[in-house]
Amino acid sequence: MSTSEKYVTAAYLVFLAVLLLYVVIYSTKIARLEREVALHGEPEDGRES
Amino acid sequence: MTELVANARPRRAAPGRRAGTRWAPRPASLVAAASSITLLTGLALAFYWVPSDADQGFSQRIFYLHVPIALTSYACFGAGAWKAFRLLQSGDDRHDLESYTAVHIGIIFALLTLVTGSIWAKISWGIWWNWGEDQLVLFLVVFLFYCTYFMLRFSVDAGLRRGRISAVYALFGAVLIPVSFLAIRLAPRYIHPVVFTTGGPRMAHSMLLVFCVMLAGLLGLAGSLYRTELGGRRIDRRLRELRSDA
Repeated sequence: MSTSEKYVTAAYLVFLAVLLLYVVIYSTKIARLEREVALHGEPEDGRES
Repeated sequence: MTELVANARPRRAAPGRRAGTRWAPRPASLVAAASSITLLTGLALAFYWVPSDADQGFSQRIFYLHVPIALTSYACFGAGAWKAFRLLQSGDDRHDLESYTAVHIGIIFALLTLVTGSIWAKISWGIWWNWGEDQLVLFLVVFLFYCTYFMLRFSVDAGLRRGRISAVYALFGAVLIPVSFLAIRLAPRYIHPVVFTTGGPRMAHSMLLVFCVMLAGLLGLAGSLYRTELGGRRIDRRLRELRSDA
């Protein structure tokens, strides 16, 4: 694998890593929100008034 | 994840079933699935199908990621500005959260633009950054401008006033987008490559096809992330209201 190929692969991996990190963080947040919704009782509609 | 919050409408659960866990195909889920498939197809084409550039060789393949990510960040900032305009026009507080979410997604893509661009610069120029290049510096200015958006937003108490201040700031940011985009085209001298000119794209049809596939995939991805994040934020805000009411 040439240096150029390593850098290009790294660029694509950085993109995938950031995307994965975002999904993990947001999945955790959504799971927490679901627990809190269950605790507080479900709102009729999540849309803002 | 997407299907759980796609419409941001927590529904009453059926007996013995948790709210929102029932899977049902929704447009947002379909867009997320389609953009994932498009992105994977684009990645495969970029690595295994499209020929290497005669001048830059293999390193040119970053182009298929870097430029669509940059355009996606512009699109997100543009969407944020549009929602900000709608807030100022209608006074509807709903647009504040939409503008904020679009800017947040845009800042993630802008950060990725800077990182992938720096990696390309290291290969092609031998340096991670060039302060003498207008395109790079102006994009950094756009990025820092929108970073400051968050500092401004969180320095003001929640409410319509914060929404209006954030909206005005987001609208000012929209002015920077064409400046950043046109900087390279108006600069008297530059070393940053220019592919899209007034004479059309300067690349082979196969390269343009892969570029379009990646751009479509990334725009779809950004849209899916926007819907998901917005849904989560709406539920979060509603929960805060429930807590304050209790």
